[in-house]
Amino acid sequence: MKMTGAQILLECWQREGVQHVFGYPGGAVIDIYDELTRCPQIKHFLVRHEQAAVHAADGYARASDRVGVALVTSGPGATNTVTGIASAYMDSIPIIVFTGQVPTALIGNDAFQEVDIVGITRPCTKHNYLVTDIKDLARTVHEAFYVARSGRPGPVLVDLPKNIQQVAIVPEFPDLKHIKIKSYQPTYDANPRQLKRALELILEKERPVLYTGGGIIHSNASAELLEFAETLQIPVTSTLMGLGGFPGVHPLWMGMLGMHGTYCANMAVSQSDVLIAVGARFDDRVTGRLDAFAPEAKIVHIDIDPSSISKNVVVHIPIVGDCKNALHQLNRLLKHEAPRDWAEERRSWLEQIRSWEKKNPLRYKKSKDVIKPQYVVEKLWELTQGEAFITTEVGQNQMWAAQFYRFKKPRRLMTSGGLGAMGYGFPAAMGVQVACPDEIVIDIAGDGSILMNIQELTTVVEHNLPVKIAILNNAYLGMVRQWQQLLYDKRYSQTSLMAQPDFVKVAEAFGAVGLRAEKPEEVEPVIKKALAANRPVVMDFRVEPEECVMPMVPAGKAMHEMLLA
Amino acid sequence: MAKTEKAAVRHTISVEVDNIPGVLSRVTGLFSGRGFNIESLCVGETLDPTVSRITLVTSGDEQIIEQIIKQLRKLINTIRVVDLTTLDHVEREMVLVRVKAEDKSRAEVLRIADIFRCRVVDVSPATYSLEITGNREKTNAVLGLLKIHGILEVVRSGALAIQRAKKE
Ligand SMILES: Cc1ncc(C[n+]2csc(CCOP(=O)(O)OP(=O)(O)O)c2C)c(N)n1
Repeated sequence: MKMTGAQILLECWQREGVQHVFGYPGGAVIDIYDELTRCPQIKHFLVRHEQAAVHAADGYARASDRVGVALVTSGPGATNTVTGIASAYMDSIPIIVFTGQVPTALIGNDAFQEVDIVGITRPCTKHNYLVTDIKDLARTVHEAFYVARSGRPGPVLVDLPKNIQQVAIVPEFPDLKHIKIKSYQPTYDANPRQLKRALELILEKERPVLYTGGGIIHSNASAELLEFAETLQIPVTSTLMGLGGFPGVHPLWMGMLGMHGTYCANMAVSQSDVLIAVGARFDDRVTGRLDAFAPEAKIVHIDIDPSSISKNVVVHIPIVGDCKNALHQLNRLLKHEAPRDWAEERRSWLEQIRSWEKKNPLRYKKSKDVIKPQYVVEKLWELTQGEAFITTEVGQNQMWAAQFYRFKKPRRLMTSGGLGAMGYGFPAAMGVQVACPDEIVIDIAGDGSILMNIQELTTVVEHNLPVKIAILNNAYLGMVRQWQQLLYDKRYSQTSLMAQPDFVKVAEAFGAVGLRAEKPEEVEPVIKKALAANRPVVMDFRVEPEECVMPMVPAGKAMHEMLLA
Repeated sequence: MAKTEKAAVRHTISVEVDNIPGVLSRVTGLFSGRGFNIESLCVGETLDPTVSRITLVTSGDEQIIEQIIKQLRKLINTIRVVDLTTLDHVEREMVLVRVKAEDKSRAEVLRIADIFRCRVVDVSPATYSLEITGNREKTNAVLGLLKIHGILEVVRSGALAIQRAKKE
């Protein structure tokens, strides 16, 4: 039977199990949108800005472990997606952005709403495609899904000229189980000899630290990580991306490391004699000044992406492979080792760690008069039993969420880690809520960031997605102000947000619920009310304006040179 | 442990890629985006018309070269990456050069061409255009000698390289 390109595309989506799409129509995708009217199996969410469609697909992918899908038109629709794509790229999130394109005959003519989106997104996609022959369409779409979710996941863009959507052929759909790309074969199985060498090294060292990242989440390796850490009694820290990969309430948990990591985690890494990096990439926000990073440690690095290994630091034992698989193999090897009393052998190292923890725990000055932002996050944790799905914006709100919402499970934190894109949290929360309709989803936001995609209140109201937004409203671009406060002599250049809308009224104007807390005792009732409402809610917490995120390793300083609360 | 700075070394890298539009820009984009340098780059079809070979010359310390190779391999359209520098290989570059050749230098230029087995590809009353083929040392040596007579224009192909056959 003959099918048009638009029909083939939707058929491919269904074969891939796509149920939800976030998008925004336009002339160059009008045929696909027309076809959607005949395809009730796929639910489309009309966002109010294309950037939000991509962040929503990203949140959806993180929460559900499925590929997120966005659909936009050519030209401005396509360029509006770039921030979302770049964010997904930095955080290795499997999404596919389908863009309309002018008809193939017009490409290169500066046609109306033509933009070379494949060229623009080449450096921020895992891979991208321009389909110029209808015969390639089905294969390309399935390849895109395969590339997005396999190996180190990442965003893929597929550019679809309008005539390709319209022309009809009798399509051939490839067998999904046998999608293969000869030039792309990710390594899943770690080399057994390397694993053995790594284990030997780990077993002979006294001060091991597990430093884990987003790879633990992507590969669903939490159970294996827990077993490995518990068996050998190794303390665990993680990057922002890895939070929830190890329970934040476990005795071996040290908290996040890096620029706003805990004193304990940063000291432990600095003094470790073997650092086991799993699915992390030694980002500069984590390592601080490189020559002072874990100076005494031998480094074992497990990662599915060979190019992450030895990129920033010298790695002694590189292991290329899937984190879950590698940890599973290590656990198996361990079973063949002669039993040792690890609790006993680790006693002094773990005591040392506990004493660091005691000396400088994560803390803040409590107040009876003014709401502390950390207090809001603590209350959110308490009132959701630490089980909510949390997204964040970027800045102080993001760091306080990371520090004080002690994530117990993986896939509970969605944050723009690598790119740090303000405006991510709310649309991401929308995507999470679509993926997990029965869960509590909260965007921990700043008053600056939330305005970057506030228009999505319309979308959540339209679909009654009961997302909660908790604005830690400090009337500043807080994180930038913090740098100005601490490093630029308090010259607050363009970081005051005294001019701001009434967020309660904003919420109400969009048809959502608006709540405000101005005193500490109002925090709990507001949160309770928000959680009880089966509707989108904006909570405006008027917090201490000049609070700083502590500890802090100023950019370019060594980890042990951190500023403390 | 941080990485230590080491001296930059020239490497000739052979990259087999899918012969489809846009692949070259993925490769060059990777170099510019990550701040790697490209000294020269040659592209051509291989025996298999669906595959192109890019021969590129770059330089960097050990870690940079390792990153370059890994990043090249990471591109979805890359089939094979070989660092020829680490293998027994033959490297050639072609240079076309127009040199002033008047009066007494006319004979001298021809003699240089003859000694280095260059071909004369164009002649005018005041110039010779020569084709020089060889490894970098040779082409540079010839250019050095010709400079004395006045070089008007140089066109370099960039290096091509092939691995030597294994001698059993
Ligand atoms: C799109 C974008 N623009 C600029 C920045 C730089 N930036 C980082 S944090 C920050 C301040 C964020 O302010 P707000 O959302 O109010 O959060 P707070 O830090 O006060 O919690 C800015 C401007 C960014 N990360 N993203």
